[in-house]
Amino acid sequence: MNNPKLMQMAEKRKKTVLKVDSLTMHYHHKPVLSDVNFSIPEGKSVAIVGPNGAGKSTLLKGMMGLIPTASGKVSFFGEALKKKRLAVAYVPQREEIDWDFPINVFDVVLMGRYGKLSLFSRPNANDRAIVEQALEQVGMQEFSQRQISQLSGGQQQRVFLARALAQHASIYLMDEPFAGVDMATEKAIITLFRELQMAGKTIICVHHDLNTVPDYFDWALMVNARLIAAGPTEEVFTPDNLNKTYNGRLALLTEVTERLHKFG
Amino acid sequence: MVNLFIEFWHLTDPNVVWVLSGAILLGSSTGVLGSFLFFRKRSLIGDALAHAALPGVMSAFILFQTRDPFVILGGAIVSCFIGFFFIDYMVKHTKIKEDSALAIVLSLFFAIGIFELTYIQKLDIADKSGLDKILFGQAAALVQSDVIILGIAALLSLTIVVLFYDRLRLITLDRQFAQSLGINVPFYELLLTFAIVLSVVIGLQIFGVVLMAAALLFPVAAGRYWSDSLPCILMLCALFGAISGAASANISYLAPQMPTGPWMVVTLSLIFFISMCFAPNRGALMRYLRTTRNRNKTHDENLLRTFYVICERLSSYHESLAPEQVLSVRNMGTNALRKSIKRLLKHGMIERDNTLYRLTEKGLNEAEKITRYHRLWELYLTNRANIPAQMVHDSAENVEHVLTPELEHRISDELGTPVQDPHGRVIPSSDPFVGGIRS
Repeated sequence: MNNPKLMQMAEKRKKTVLKVDSLTMHYHHKPVLSDVNFSIPEGKSVAIVGPNGAGKSTLLKGMMGLIPTASGKVSFFGEALKKKRLAVAYVPQREEIDWDFPINVFDVVLMGRYGKLSLFSRPNANDRAIVEQALEQVGMQEFSQRQISQLSGGQQQRVFLARALAQHASIYLMDEPFAGVDMATEKAIITLFRELQMAGKTIICVHHDLNTVPDYFDWALMVNARLIAAGPTEEVFTPDNLNKTYNGRLALLTEVTERLHKFG
Repeated sequence: MVNLFIEFWHLTDPNVVWVLSGAILLGSSTGVLGSFLFFRKRSLIGDALAHAALPGVMSAFILFQTRDPFVILGGAIVSCFIGFFFIDYMVKHTKIKEDSALAIVLSLFFAIGIFELTYIQKLDIADKSGLDKILFGQAAALVQSDVIILGIAALLSLTIVVLFYDRLRLITLDRQFAQSLGINVPFYELLLTFAIVLSVVIGLQIFGVVLMAAALLFPVAAGRYWSDSLPCILMLCALFGAISGAASANISYLAPQMPTGPWMVVTLSLIFFISMCFAPNRGALMRYLRTTRNRNKTHDENLLRTFYVICERLSSYHESLAPEQVLSVRNMGTNALRKSIKRLLKHGMIERDNTLYRLTEKGLNEAEKITRYHRLWELYLTNRANIPAQMVHDSAENVEHVLTPELEHRISDELGTPVQDPHGRVIPSSDPFVGGIRS
């Protein structure tokens, strides 16, 4: 596989796991993202980067069907999300839930299995084994019976990851998994990413720390109200694109679209 | 009065049995359903829904001119849902925030209900008396046919919680994740709302419109003190709700003129205060006892270590010391010192030598252990955390009281079984100390 041509061909053979076609999203009738197009091949780790309010989380939630999209199409493995729901795992931002809720770590991770359970079937021994394994993968097996209110920020994030792992999905969509975690957790998450990629899984993360993008991710989506660039990190993560993403506010575009929406 | 009380609990009067069982069921169902509002941080919605039920009850009476529980319940449910969707609409589609939306619905619906109630008072209908009891609740007004229907509704709302427990818990904890699993979140939310509306409208009979919020929230607020497990908390909510229901029914029997709602609030707040004070782990009393115990332990251990350090300087571990000598080395309140000496004497750690005190064998071993913890930790901080030697003392002062033999071994192993602390003093060995000679 050292032959570059062979490697290129192998790269081409990889199937597309996620395809986004002219996706547009609104928030309270204001456009947040316009006309986003990209596709992601299997087994990549992908960073979604962009300034605050650029629509990174919105993009993630839109793809996941958590908030309505204004127009456009999202397909996973060539099909609508509805048909591939359980192949896609979602890891919300840590702040989205109340960590004082009375529940222990094991039960939270077990929730990753709920999608596969029919309404009145209870989790069985197999589900429990999967949960144990997921906890081990993130190094939290000792905390299995701990109340979630007693966890540190890094541990909370690991629990969220374990819950997604328990889903046995093929694509992982994560909203800032590195936000506010300690170094040990950051390293553990990266190790986990590599393991997942080895197993052919795809990881898509909203990511804030630009310094670590080239090390942690092999693809990048650069977003600021529209898609600035998408592709392998070494190709798209350039000073020029970064400048466009973080400074290049297209004031006129925003103003005109807003007028358009007030009008319509 | 006492006779009446005994008569009530003899349960010979069949009416008492009906009222009591009804009150218990209604109390538990409001307690359990209220906890879901509490954990979704939407506590006050229960209050708004209770007020929103009032015009439904009155309108149903005006339209059908009957007190049939089916009709009244139906009216209440319909107007509760109208109120609920009104709130939901305002939150989602206007700039009005949830708290304001709740206040608007609560006061508007209550006002309409009161208008209708006043109108009904003027009507010439035989059945109208007692309709105003719904404002503050009147358990004694329940008759058998009411209790059967209300009881079935209460069981229905509890059954919804039991059957869909897993999904309801998931949605309460993490709505977005539930959605990402493809779970029909709006459906389950509607189901939960239905169960809540149901337990609110049936609870009105005994708790009343105005004080309904207490019946929903006190049980879970109290239950939270006792447990960290949701099933356990829900059981406690049912229990507390049942107790308050039973108490209200009893009082209603003893004093028929008195509305039961206020009594229910009194009972529940009593349960709440008992929980707040006496619950293990979280209760205020237990917390106070724990802090006191820890503070005493700290004082005693500090005193022992001071004895050890003075003796170490004198190279004689059974030297008798005066309390003043201790104070010259360690800053300690005289009162705390006196009490600490008393405790150490009692536990045989030190013994009296006229006006002086000296360490016993037991005390010496304990003092040595604490000194060992202190110096090991100082060394650990300087060697491993690169903290300057002159800054490690304060941390060790706290850590020496919380280390365990297991942690001690790990620290000692990691440091390669050291013999000197960063200040050049000897770290006492972990072997017991017998008569000044190590065994």
